[in-house]
Amino acid sequence: MANTLAVHDLRFMLFLVAAWMMLGFAGFLRPHSTRFVARLLFPTGSLLCLGIALLAGLFLASGQAAQVVVLPLGLPDLPFHIRLDVLSGFFLLLLGVAGTGISTFAAGYFRSGEGTAPALLGLGYHLFLASMAMVILADDAYLFMVAWETMALSSYFLVTSRHRIPEIRRAGFLYLIMAHVGAVCILLSFGVLQGGSWQFTFDAMRAAHFTPFWATTAFLLALLGFGAKAGLVPMHVWLPEAHPAAPSPVSAMMSGLMLKTAIYGMLRISFDLLSVRFWQWGALLLALGLFSALFGAIFAAVQTDMKRLLAYSSIENVGLIFTAIGLSILFETSNMHLFAALALTAALVHSLNHALFKSLLFLTTGSVLHATKQRSLGKLGGLIRRMPWVASLALIGTLSIAGLPPLNGFVSEWLLLQSFLFTPQLPHAFLNMLIPLGAAALALTFALAAYVMVKFYGVIFLGQPREASLVNAHDANWLERLGLIWLAVGCVTIGAFPQLALLAVAPVTGKLIGQTVRLSSTVWWIAPIAREQASYSGLILLAGILSVVAITFICVRLLAHGRIRRTDAWDCGYPWQTSRMQDTAEGFGQPIRHMFGTFFRMDRNLPSPSDTAPRYRVYIEDRLWRAIYLPIARGVQKLADWIGILQGGRLSIYLLYSFLTLLALLVFVL
Amino acid sequence: MHASELITEILRVLAAGLLLISFAMLSGRRTQQLITLFAWQGALLFVSTCLVAYSSGLTEMYYSAALTLLLKVIALPWILHRLIKRLGAQSDSEQLVNVPMTMLAGLVLVIFAFGLAQPISSMATTITRHTLGIALAVILLAFLMMITRRKAVTQVIGFLAMENGLFLAATSATYGMPMVIELGIALDVLVGVFILGIFFFQIREQFDSLDLHNLESLKED
Repeated sequence: MANTLAVHDLRFMLFLVAAWMMLGFAGFLRPHSTRFVARLLFPTGSLLCLGIALLAGLFLASGQAAQVVVLPLGLPDLPFHIRLDVLSGFFLLLLGVAGTGISTFAAGYFRSGEGTAPALLGLGYHLFLASMAMVILADDAYLFMVAWETMALSSYFLVTSRHRIPEIRRAGFLYLIMAHVGAVCILLSFGVLQGGSWQFTFDAMRAAHFTPFWATTAFLLALLGFGAKAGLVPMHVWLPEAHPAAPSPVSAMMSGLMLKTAIYGMLRISFDLLSVRFWQWGALLLALGLFSALFGAIFAAVQTDMKRLLAYSSIENVGLIFTAIGLSILFETSNMHLFAALALTAALVHSLNHALFKSLLFLTTGSVLHATKQRSLGKLGGLIRRMPWVASLALIGTLSIAGLPPLNGFVSEWLLLQSFLFTPQLPHAFLNMLIPLGAAALALTFALAAYVMVKFYGVIFLGQPREASLVNAHDANWLERLGLIWLAVGCVTIGAFPQLALLAVAPVTGKLIGQTVRLSSTVWWIAPIAREQASYSGLILLAGILSVVAITFICVRLLAHGRIRRTDAWDCGYPWQTSRMQDTAEGFGQPIRHMFGTFFRMDRNLPSPSDTAPRYRVYIEDRLWRAIYLPIARGVQKLADWIGILQGGRLSIYLLYSFLTLLALLVFVL
Repeated sequence: MHASELITEILRVLAAGLLLISFAMLSGRRTQQLITLFAWQGALLFVSTCLVAYSSGLTEMYYSAALTLLLKVIALPWILHRLIKRLGAQSDSEQLVNVPMTMLAGLVLVIFAFGLAQPISSMATTITRHTLGIALAVILLAFLMMITRRKAVTQVIGFLAMENGLFLAATSATYGMPMVIELGIALDVLVGVFILGIFFFQIREQFDSLDLHNLESLKED
């Protein structure tokens, strides 16, 4: 039964993708009805996500060969080629699993009377989902680019759904520019990859042969293009602007899923389409990835807007994934296939984990935003009492992203560190000296990420409310809770049974590298290389933690119960405490701001000593913005001014332009 | 002398007449005078098209000739005439460059057009192939007129004269364009003149004058 289903996997998937598009357009039957769009269409879309996840899981489990379909759509003589292989299967699984949670949450999230008409949101949302699936399924450059641009445009309209706010329009514009520059780079990369055959199917590209120069050109162009989408430093500037601007489910989709399509594209080009790889590529990815990870973590630590904080954390996580891919290329080019498979496994598992926990956290910020109308960390606090559901589910997300066992974040970070441990065996003396530094930077990043998450959770949910209005905050509704629970369960499951993630990844590494990490036969342990080297058991750890907590709880209940005396006396030096006494978000980030001062451009606004209502303000800016983007913007402006001279405003001059052009062309013919 | 040779000679004379009218339009000062010259240009075009139709025996070309007569000799000059009367724009049309300079530039253009047409006309098989150079010259001179004038009505006349040149080029190189295209172009020209007429009123409403100089203020800074 399962096998017969799997045979037609691809057809079913295309059917589901088409159904998404139809859902998007179905909203126009009742464009202004939030009940119709949010409570009917979004849950249906969520079921479709689940369908995609199941089909992709079945396909991965059945171990079939790739499936191919040619759709007679598109331009004449240029049909759409579609292919489902293990790599796309894995990313579709990721898309489906995280998408199910996000869509369910979105069904409860969108309220009536907010910004864009619900039907337009529904259209953008479902087109966004469908285009991401098509990016992953595309088997020729033409369909890939069409889907890629649809993805960029639909997400642009989702980001700017509250377009009446100027900052949001600005953020959307920046995102659109970066998306298009990236798309041009990818297009050029495909142009190189076709290798003179002028065949744009991926099959033709696989068959093409390249000199090292052209292979590297294609790789670098792809890195620029996909790096811009993934938010790799220094192409990251759009990310902290666009993510906070979008509605929370959209932020979750962009951060959890869209960034992964860039990872997919990078893997597809560097491991599948290009038949040769060079170790320098790996070193470059490793350096860029490590820098992005550290950069993202440091910037996340000093943010005061909760969604910006998560956006910078996304940069960090993408950096980690690229680091793992870089390591994998390094190992693979040195013929150490097992370790290459380990690093690639780390990259893929971390992609999946990031999709789960980052979506979860972005969605909880959505609930907080709806309940309190506040995005600034300085005005939140103490929400654990008002929003127990959101707070406890957010705790799971924060623990995962901080990389604490027994949750899923730990698994991928452990795998990544494991693969770093094998780098001394690389045959590059110089790299061998540098990579330990990288590993140290990685450990610092992990620690900083944990610090960031303590800040995120502590300032929002713990302590006392910083604003009086927070008392009226309400918990998430049942659809929102359902979505959050789905993602949280995903985090816990992968944490406790990392075997599941390794099983899903194994066919992919098998296909791309020709080797899989060792899959332990027991449900208790994973030991990717060898049992003597390192092994990890999520389940035992979970059981241990749970039993310790339970024993402590019981002991406290039995031994200490009834012997508590309430007394004020000295009150531990806190006779009274107000919310102004708590550590603020700025205060929490201050040590980091101090230590990594060279990374920022700070503008401090210190009050004078005699000020009766002192306000301390600090503005933090990205140095790269001034170093790279402003000069480019000025250059473009200057060029535009030059060209603007052509526009003299006189009709006869314009006619003269056409006349001279005509004469020049005629002379050319002559 | 054979009849066909006679026709060829007459066609050359007519083409020369067209070129002469183009130069007259380039130097003409009064808008009224320009419209009359445009009508004459159309008339010469009509006669030459009829002759080509007679000598080649293509009935289609009689239709295009009739179209030319109706549109370019009667309808358009009449519309333009009424338009400038309504707008009160019969007065002198100012030139941006002085007349001698314009004429010199026109001469250079004619030489250029003849040089350009040489290789093409040697390949053509029509009896009017030698007039291709003149047709190109008419187009370029009309364009030059559009550049050197300041008033909106003159620009439209220049545009229409360019269309005349294109028509001549089509007849001389390939015995005219297919009928459907010809009809389409004729309709376009007619509609274009109507729309431009509406624009004239709008421009005058806005600036109290038809001087295109005023449009410079529309430029984005």
